[in-house]
Amino acid sequence: MTMAALYDEAADPLLDTAADGPAPKAIVVAYGFWIFLLSDIVMFSAIFATYAVLAHATAGGPSGAQLFNETRVLVETGCLLLSSYTCGLMSLGIEARHRVATYCAAAVTFALGVAFLAVELSEFAGMVARGATPERSAFLSAFFTLVGCHGLHVTFGLLWLAVMMAQVVTKGFRDTVLRRLFCFSLFWHALDIIWVGIFTVVYLIGARS
Amino acid sequence: MSAQTRGNSSDSVQGVNRKALRFGFFVYTVGLLLAIILTATSFWAASTPLLWAPGVSLGLAVLAVAQMGVHLVFFIHITTGPDNTNNVLALAFGLMVVTLVVAGSLWIMANLNANMMPSTDLMNLHTQY
Repeated sequence: MTMAALYDEAADPLLDTAADGPAPKAIVVAYGFWIFLLSDIVMFSAIFATYAVLAHATAGGPSGAQLFNETRVLVETGCLLLSSYTCGLMSLGIEARHRVATYCAAAVTFALGVAFLAVELSEFAGMVARGATPERSAFLSAFFTLVGCHGLHVTFGLLWLAVMMAQVVTKGFRDTVLRRLFCFSLFWHALDIIWVGIFTVVYLIGARS
Repeated sequence: MSAQTRGNSSDSVQGVNRKALRFGFFVYTVGLLLAIILTATSFWAASTPLLWAPGVSLGLAVLAVAQMGVHLVFFIHITTGPDNTNNVLALAFGLMVVTLVVAGSLWIMANLNANMMPSTDLMNLHTQY
């Protein structure tokens, strides 16, 4: 008996993936969006590195220790963390095809995101009022780039969430809407992961030195 | 990322698995509690005078990485299951690029900064005297 006769190609677990045909579209879309999120995180890592290099380049201007307010950061962190949780609950509501639960969780997620942005914008306004504008020092340029870029992502996330809810209202839980909702939940959770890096590197470690 | 269960068509609307939903709720809630504990520890460590100050920054970094891990597992549902292999591989590649960018930038810029010091000192001498 030859080796070829002993080898059963159909039973080979490494080869039988093609037998199932292409992966379902939900898997492909989620994977593609995951790749996009990772590239977004790579972009943020470059901005983080810039901030870390320039954190002490205050050019005689105010430093992080003088500008940052820990309570404010704690409120922002709480808002974003809770909104990530309610976004998870929204995913469960979608899984159950339960419209009311989905709308309620989405509304809470949206409100917490708006609260986060409001606190962040009032912080920016307060800094600008004290002369701590992006052009004051390299440290402040890096600060506004990093934290502002995250804030922009949150803003776009809120717009996306509003559009998705409008789609659930008009189109219902059809396949395309479900895929988009899944991508949104990934996006929203990823923003919270980036915020963990920001409150640690910028606010907690930054305020110490 | 359980796209399989979540992204599938509106198949079993009435046959929704209550048990799976309850387990999903449990997973999100455990993730939230862990994240709250880690966040609270971070803010406490940053403000307390009880800890050895030079070590706090490293401790904060460790807490942040731990919390990112909690978010990945409990919120984004990255698992070690066979349906997640591609996602984990992509994540591993992303982490490699992030590490190279951050560590490489800090290393090179600190090195350049150290090497530039003498000439800036000279500049200061020129301007001062």
